[in-house]
Amino acid sequence: MLLIPCPWCGPRPEAEFHHAGQAHLTRPAQATDEAWAAYLYLRNNPKGPHAERWRHLHGCGRFFNCRRDTVTDRISGTSAPGAEAV
Amino acid sequence: MGGPTSFSAWGLLRRAFGGAWGEQWRSPEPKAAYDAVIVGAGGHGLATAFYLASEHGLRNIAVLDKGWLGGGNTGRNTTIIRSNYLWDESAAIYEHSLKLWEGLSQALNYNVMYSPRGVMMLAHNQHDVRVFRRHVHANRDQGIDNEWLTPEEAKVFCPPLDIGRDVRYPVLGAALQRRGGVARHDAVAWGYARAASALGVDIVENCEVTGISRGLDGAVTGVETTRGPIRTGKVGVVAAGHTSVLMAMAGVRMPLESFPLQALVSEPIKPVMPCVVMSNTVHAYISQSDKGEMVIGASTDVYPSYSQAGGPHVAMHTLEAICELFPSFRRLRMLRNWGGIVDCTPDRSPIIGLTPVPGLFVNCGWGTGGFKATPASGHVFAATIASGKPHPIAAPFNLDRFRTGRLIDEAAAAAVSH
Repeated sequence: MLLIPCPWCGPRPEAEFHHAGQAHLTRPAQATDEAWAAYLYLRNNPKGPHAERWRHLHGCGRFFNCRRDTVTDRISGTSAPGAEAV
Repeated sequence: MGGPTSFSAWGLLRRAFGGAWGEQWRSPEPKAAYDAVIVGAGGHGLATAFYLASEHGLRNIAVLDKGWLGGGNTGRNTTIIRSNYLWDESAAIYEHSLKLWEGLSQALNYNVMYSPRGVMMLAHNQHDVRVFRRHVHANRDQGIDNEWLTPEEAKVFCPPLDIGRDVRYPVLGAALQRRGGVARHDAVAWGYARAASALGVDIVENCEVTGISRGLDGAVTGVETTRGPIRTGKVGVVAAGHTSVLMAMAGVRMPLESFPLQALVSEPIKPVMPCVVMSNTVHAYISQSDKGEMVIGASTDVYPSYSQAGGPHVAMHTLEAICELFPSFRRLRMLRNWGGIVDCTPDRSPIIGLTPVPGLFVNCGWGTGGFKATPASGHVFAATIASGKPHPIAAPFNLDRFRTGRLIDEAAAAAVSH
């Protein structure tokens, strides 16, 4: 189980959180089929460092950004939305 | 070249008096060029190669793997086989697969130990009951066997099951596919490898693909590997959890996320479990191997990862459910567990077919339930690679469906991984 540092509540067990997918996806201004499909469905799914979102569902309830290595599952940092990316 | 000798009762008897079996497939050095290259020597990749060689006459082909054949998810899954899916497109491909399973040992001259002992899916609440009965009706329309059992009938079919009402999620009924069952996972990889090798297919292990080369027109011209470059005009990526990584080498982003999926086995005990039991709601998958071990499937982790080791709490959750459904298993010790990386699509249906890159084909997205599809997956993918056009059964599973919106939404149909 991951120990996830919530930017507001500090380190808490993974069971308190909801994984909220790849971070920094931007809703397309022009909704062409290609842009919309990419926004909804295409994902980087990298093997290595990954920017993702979590929500502290059973805590403060807030979303935040997280940088985790998908090979080691090691979290290098978390940050509040809009704050400088970790 | 010469293939291995055919297995028969006479051969078995003769070797009882001495003589080695010999190797069952060749281990050649990779050639400089092939007519087609399959990336990934799991069940699906080896099946693809076998049908390319046996049905489409493509014998100058290679299957490359970064590790050893059958060493990924093929060799570490719960081996459940069934075809009672909701949507017609899914039912068509999984039923095609089930029919191939029924004759596979004969077709490969290799005992894959397909055992149609019945797959029973438990319903624990009113929603489950309605969903499974809807599946039963849909399957009847599709000509696929699936029947509804009362809790008492489920208990008769699977005696160790507890159908008492004093548990958190009592059994309210079950959907049973009698033709469903299990097969020996390693034998499936070995059988396809042996048969493909005998037809001239080069299976090259310890050969990791590190790049996909393309010409000025954008079409595939070959692959870069840790054992040197290989020229080819057709590349089929069948790499399960690592599909996104490979497709990125050709500049293609995929609608995939990779998750660790766990399974575990108990110490071996005497035969007690006559069938496969699945429960989506409490998340428990269990059957008994011929060695006597309970084979248990757990869930995926909630976050994408390539770690090949899921969280212990995920497996624990499944064991708690198993202990409630089967109280007599509570004292069983678990021998080992493992995690495989599965590639999941948004609609939890596979992607089989062409890609935006000419000459590059992909067969992926089988998520948590790809083993059962191994023969059909290879069969329709081979036809797609050979002709350059999607096989009719594969056609609905095209990559373009995420742009057109014609999803095959088994995610909603099953409500969980399946």
